[in-house]
Amino acid sequence: MAGVKAGAEIAAVPRHRALWLRSQAAVRDLWIGGVLLVLIVAFSIDSPYFLTRANWLNTSSTATEVLLLAVGETFVICSAGIDLSVGAVLGVSGTAGAWVMAHGFPNAAGAAIGPIAVGFLAALAVGTAFGLLNGFLVAWAGIPPFVVTLGTLGIATGFGYLLNNGQEISAIPPSVVTFGNANLGGWVPVPVLITAVITIWCGLLLAKTRFGAYTLSIGDSREAVVRAGINDRRYLLEIYTLSGLLAGVASILVMARLGAGSPTSGADDNLNAIAAVVIGGASLFGGRGTVIGSVIGTGIIAVLLTGLVLVNVPPFWQEVAVGAVLIAAVYIDQFRNRKATRR
Amino acid sequence: MTEVNEAPEGASRGGDVAGAGAEPLLKLRGIDKHFGPVQALYGVNLDLPAGQVTGLCGDNGAGKSVLTRCIAGAHQPDHGQIYFEGKPVHVRSTRDASALGIETVYQDLALADNLDIVQNMFLGREQLRYGLLDEDSMELKAAETLSTLRVTTVRSIRQPVASLSGGQRQSVAVAKAVMWNSKLVLLDEPTAALGVVQTRSVLDLINRLRDHGLAVMVISHNLNDVFEVADRIAVLYLGRMVAEGPAADFDRQSVVEYMTTGTANGRPYESAAAANGKG
Repeated sequence: MAGVKAGAEIAAVPRHRALWLRSQAAVRDLWIGGVLLVLIVAFSIDSPYFLTRANWLNTSSTATEVLLLAVGETFVICSAGIDLSVGAVLGVSGTAGAWVMAHGFPNAAGAAIGPIAVGFLAALAVGTAFGLLNGFLVAWAGIPPFVVTLGTLGIATGFGYLLNNGQEISAIPPSVVTFGNANLGGWVPVPVLITAVITIWCGLLLAKTRFGAYTLSIGDSREAVVRAGINDRRYLLEIYTLSGLLAGVASILVMARLGAGSPTSGADDNLNAIAAVVIGGASLFGGRGTVIGSVIGTGIIAVLLTGLVLVNVPPFWQEVAVGAVLIAAVYIDQFRNRKATRR
Repeated sequence: MTEVNEAPEGASRGGDVAGAGAEPLLKLRGIDKHFGPVQALYGVNLDLPAGQVTGLCGDNGAGKSVLTRCIAGAHQPDHGQIYFEGKPVHVRSTRDASALGIETVYQDLALADNLDIVQNMFLGREQLRYGLLDEDSMELKAAETLSTLRVTTVRSIRQPVASLSGGQRQSVAVAKAVMWNSKLVLLDEPTAALGVVQTRSVLDLINRLRDHGLAVMVISHNLNDVFEVADRIAVLYLGRMVAEGPAADFDRQSVVEYMTTGTANGRPYESAAAANGKG
């Protein structure tokens, strides 16, 4: 009785055709990659210092912290939310990690694996805790994500300052700094490697797993998700928690690179991370976005930030450039979408 | 649009199979439902036999949606019993309903616009391979289901649902509902807001569901459509089932009277089934 049996009229799309259709869509969404290439070529022509090892190390270390935040933000934005707190959570997590190391193990010397592990775990725990708080308030209290994360932005910033009267904490084991500035073969900094692994993992998570499918579906039509019997609240909680956890990871990399936990260290990263995700093609209305897009978006921002300095543009123009690119990217994207749906 | 067909090709059409033949797939007996002080359903009885289309009619506020949601597991009745395949069942959630083989296509369809047809059809039931989504086999199965239902006008099953016409969207929503060994499909206003051609294709789709042996309930304001596809008609009036029987017992005039007054020609519906429906 159960009806539907195999018919043969349009049958299946052949495998190669299906792959082609999928990759076509992917390519359509990655036009922004061309923009990144153009920027790289333009800066290389304009400055002999752009394509150098020093600039790569500098650019990539800026990019890692933005990218980690952007990856978490990608999930949040794909679910039709926004996480304004990531930068502040980065700040408080790093400060908390350093505080634990400075106060728990004031005389740590040598490799100090134990104290470092405890400090790093503290940073991750604080980041995760803020993510859980965001997720709980969004999913169960039903407060709009914009309001929730604006609130936790303030809370995280305040706690970051409270930990050491607004001062950074630099009394951490010196091996932390060794770790943060180590690199493989002179070209691959350890933080970049860690970020790359996490990013690839998250890319698969969003594109290839049930968790990713639900993230996009919640952003697209929460009603459809609820009717499909999916526990939307649980997934929202996990999405915001992931974002907080990744802010915690970023805070460790920043602390390790700079040798101190500073409450203000993520202050500029909010705008950059959100801009990276949106430039990368994610829709602020949810339902659309990729991690690879956010990687390219982060690349554009990192190249703009360091490239503009190399071609002697005063540094304050950096923020102006990022803001302008953000608006332009959204405008172009809307324009493309309108054309696509009218077809 | 089309005139009432007296003898179309559908085999079981217009018959009195419901009462006389085998046990109906789904039986409601004495369903009561209230929301606070508002009584939405009073002792509703309804039979939904397999291989037949039942048209559920009623004015706004008659209780059509509440009744549908009670069957779909979105509401729990206060009193009364639901029988599925002859056995008493409790449908506490949409998951329970799905497990029994009851699927609902609501009027707003609840499709995710940015996702493609395959992703929508498998939402909540993704197939995995090594823990990752198995796109190929989901694609195959979606294409198979669509072709069985002869939904062949879509350009690609990888196109986003936003780019589909209203009729195509409805078809995708129905295909999604029947892909899972469903036995009963509830369609809430499937032709509302559709043009003539689109309506035709959705009605054809409903006929095909019947041909596949499914029980179908169509909730509709549009009596043209109801008379076009329904084998049986049930009419709710202020929360009571005032008429239920073979479509041949009704004409447009009498259905409108049952919907607006609960009676036709001043008399209640005369079949035995209707008599139990009161309070």
